[in-house]
Amino acid sequence: MIARRLSRLLAIAALIAGAALVLLPFVWMLSLSLKPAGEIFADGIAIFPSRIEWSNYARAFTEVPLARFLLNGAIVCTGILVFQILFSVPCAFALAQRRFAGRTLLFGLVLAGLLVPFQVTAIPIFLGLAKLGMLNTYPALILPFTASMFGIFLFRQFFARMPTDLFEAARIDGLSETAIVWRIAFPLSMPAATAFAIFSVTAHWNDLFWPLIATTDPDIATPPRGILYFKDEEAGDDIGPLMAGAVIVTAPLVLFFLLAQRRFTQAIASGGLRG
Amino acid sequence: MTLDRRIREALISLWLAGPGAAAMILLIFLPVAIVAALSLTDYQFGAPSAQWIGLENYARLFSDPSGRRALTNTLIYAAVVIPASMALGLAVAIGLHGIAGWAPRLSAMLRAAYFLPVAATLVAMAIAWQMLLHPSIGLVTGLLDGIGVSAPAFLSDRGLVIYTLAAIGVWQSVGYNMVLFLAGLAAIPAHLYDAASVDGADGPWTRFTTVTWPMLGPTTLFVAVITATNAFRVFETVATITKGGPGFASDTLVFALYREGFVYFKAGYASALTMVFLGLLLIVTLLKVRLIERRVHYR
Repeated sequence: MIARRLSRLLAIAALIAGAALVLLPFVWMLSLSLKPAGEIFADGIAIFPSRIEWSNYARAFTEVPLARFLLNGAIVCTGILVFQILFSVPCAFALAQRRFAGRTLLFGLVLAGLLVPFQVTAIPIFLGLAKLGMLNTYPALILPFTASMFGIFLFRQFFARMPTDLFEAARIDGLSETAIVWRIAFPLSMPAATAFAIFSVTAHWNDLFWPLIATTDPDIATPPRGILYFKDEEAGDDIGPLMAGAVIVTAPLVLFFLLAQRRFTQAIASGGLRG
Repeated sequence: MTLDRRIREALISLWLAGPGAAAMILLIFLPVAIVAALSLTDYQFGAPSAQWIGLENYARLFSDPSGRRALTNTLIYAAVVIPASMALGLAVAIGLHGIAGWAPRLSAMLRAAYFLPVAATLVAMAIAWQMLLHPSIGLVTGLLDGIGVSAPAFLSDRGLVIYTLAAIGVWQSVGYNMVLFLAGLAAIPAHLYDAASVDGADGPWTRFTTVTWPMLGPTTLFVAVITATNAFRVFETVATITKGGPGFASDTLVFALYREGFVYFKAGYASALTMVFLGLLLIVTLLKVRLIERRVHYR
């Protein structure tokens, strides 16, 4: 009994120590974002600032267009999600609930497409957008992601489990196939849609690779791209505001995760299928 | 069915599946074909024309020290991140699964803490790590000084920098692997543990080797594939903290393809890097298929 208690205690101690280590960068980020400049460079280590320097946060918004970055992130993530749903839901419905020539081939291509990460397609897509004169625009940040193989796959699996009778009944009632997709199948797939939305928004809010390539104009920079402008511009003496900016960029998703942990975790874990 | 009806049905299927299929061809398969073709040319962005140069880009990639460095660094990074983040993810999952029975709230809080890096914006967290490891104002540096150890130059030592980035990669993926392992652990039926203890396997280690580990086979394979593909894709931390430096010491495949393609505009050479990157990912997939054929499933 004592041995069991002891091993439980040891396990908890190890788990708490590990969690503290994992949280360390978050703690340091918050700590620096609240410290007066003098204390950041002072000798000795202190996690807690002697007084809280809120002006770091105000300066983060004035030294770079941080509000603009956040707005850009929201525009780009919403645009990507809307297009991904518009393209994948009808396609997934056809794959799951209709018979047509080439259906097996199409699903095979979707599975093959899941294996191709975006980085592989970046050079030709950049060339195409450059030819169309569309670099440095919102469409350049949105259009390359409209074909989501993960979206098609996820919705197909969900639609395939729905009873065919349901859709037959709707057809007999005279509903068009388009209406069946958007008025019956899609509303019934809300669990899949929520998971997909969380996955998609997280991936694109945090993405640096494509914004770094497709944009050079800070006015349409997404949050990660914007914070990198800030980091490259500040000469090492503006660490407080820089860390305040990092906190602000990280906060929306972290807060959302803390409020909806179970949904968020499941959505991101299912996203592993995307590879 | 009349012919008219069949054409109508086919047109409806085309209307529903066509846009998604067209976007897929245009944005995935056509670009892959173009990258494969470009990798055999000396094309540069903005150049009026290009020459076929066969496998010259690949020869350069594998002979040139900087190309080889990007490849070996990516492999070193993956060789650290895959086993370390899997072992730690599994250990944390087993620990949290064990305490969930009698301390559910603590278990849930710790799970959230471990998962937090997955939800956080990696670019911002990379900056936080840089400040943590900063030679003069870093917390880690300060703590090491405090106990009388002089901190190594985590991010500017050429021999060390890729391992520092790998450690950050481990930090980022432990929580993700933990969640997948927790799901795998929850699916193990309790009666197997009862059966094992009837057979005399009741120490924690024998329970692990006789029940937990064999039953986690499919989960472990799934986690390994995901961790590997994510590790090969390492980009954000490199681009934010080191930009491949000092002197290419932390160059990786995806960062090299970004730099060569979009900073130096050498589209042909960057396409060859892209193909090598894609090749690595396909090897992972092939390994997975082979392993599934040899049946890691205990069902």
